[in-house]
Amino acid sequence: MDAIRNERVLILVTVFNWTYDAIETTLKAMITKQKRPKFLNLLRIHLPVTGVNSFAHRVSGALLFLAIPVFIYGFSLSVKDATSFNALLVDLKTVPYKLLFTVLAWALGHHLLAGVRFLLHEIEIGTSLSASKIASWLVNILGVIIFLVVGSCIWL
Amino acid sequence: MSWRAQGMRTWLLQRLTAVYLLLYGIFFGIYISLSSVQDFESWRALFTHPISNIATAVFFYSILYHAWVGIRDILIDYVPVAYLRFFLWVGMTFSLAVLAAWVSMILFNVVNL
Repeated sequence: MDAIRNERVLILVTVFNWTYDAIETTLKAMITKQKRPKFLNLLRIHLPVTGVNSFAHRVSGALLFLAIPVFIYGFSLSVKDATSFNALLVDLKTVPYKLLFTVLAWALGHHLLAGVRFLLHEIEIGTSLSASKIASWLVNILGVIIFLVVGSCIWL
Repeated sequence: MSWRAQGMRTWLLQRLTAVYLLLYGIFFGIYISLSSVQDFESWRALFTHPISNIATAVFFYSILYHAWVGIRDILIDYVPVAYLRFFLWVGMTFSLAVLAAWVSMILFNVVNL
């Protein structure tokens, strides 16, 4: 009798342990899943130079996207008639447009050069890590140089 | 990899528009610096010939399509809420379509047929 009773207790304890383990594992999984970062926190990422290059390509692309309506508006004025053409030439020398052109100089310069870099990578040119890093540095720095040159031409 | 795979055509067109924008930009820059464009008449004359007019239209459409793909990529990566992402995507697509129509009207008013 005692042997049978002991066996039943053992089975109960085993089942209890399994249930406890299952619940514990599930809860732990839920907690760790909650702690896992769901989306990229841009401030907590230490990007390598290639990453900076790529991310700046996005930022400059977004800036250029915002400039499209202004660009088209300016184009429409420039081909409308002589009066609006001349008025546009005067307006382009005002401070808001100058600020816009200074920012867009970097955006366009970086976006273009980084874009060429990506296209070259896609046809397997400069795909070694060292070459890619050098090209990234080059593009990042050239973007800033274009920004400084165009900026000084606009403002000085 | 199949060219009918989802996103493959979009990916390719983003590259093709990029190359076209670059070539148009280089050609336009060289042409402007060599020719004597000073006043309204000579500027407008650049876009009156059907060929240059259509090339310019393709340039603007390329910008809009290229931007459409790029902004879509940014939305997919940085907007986690599905309905918000969809809302922004619809808004972005509609805005770019309006801009395409606007550019068409501008260029159609300039061309000499």
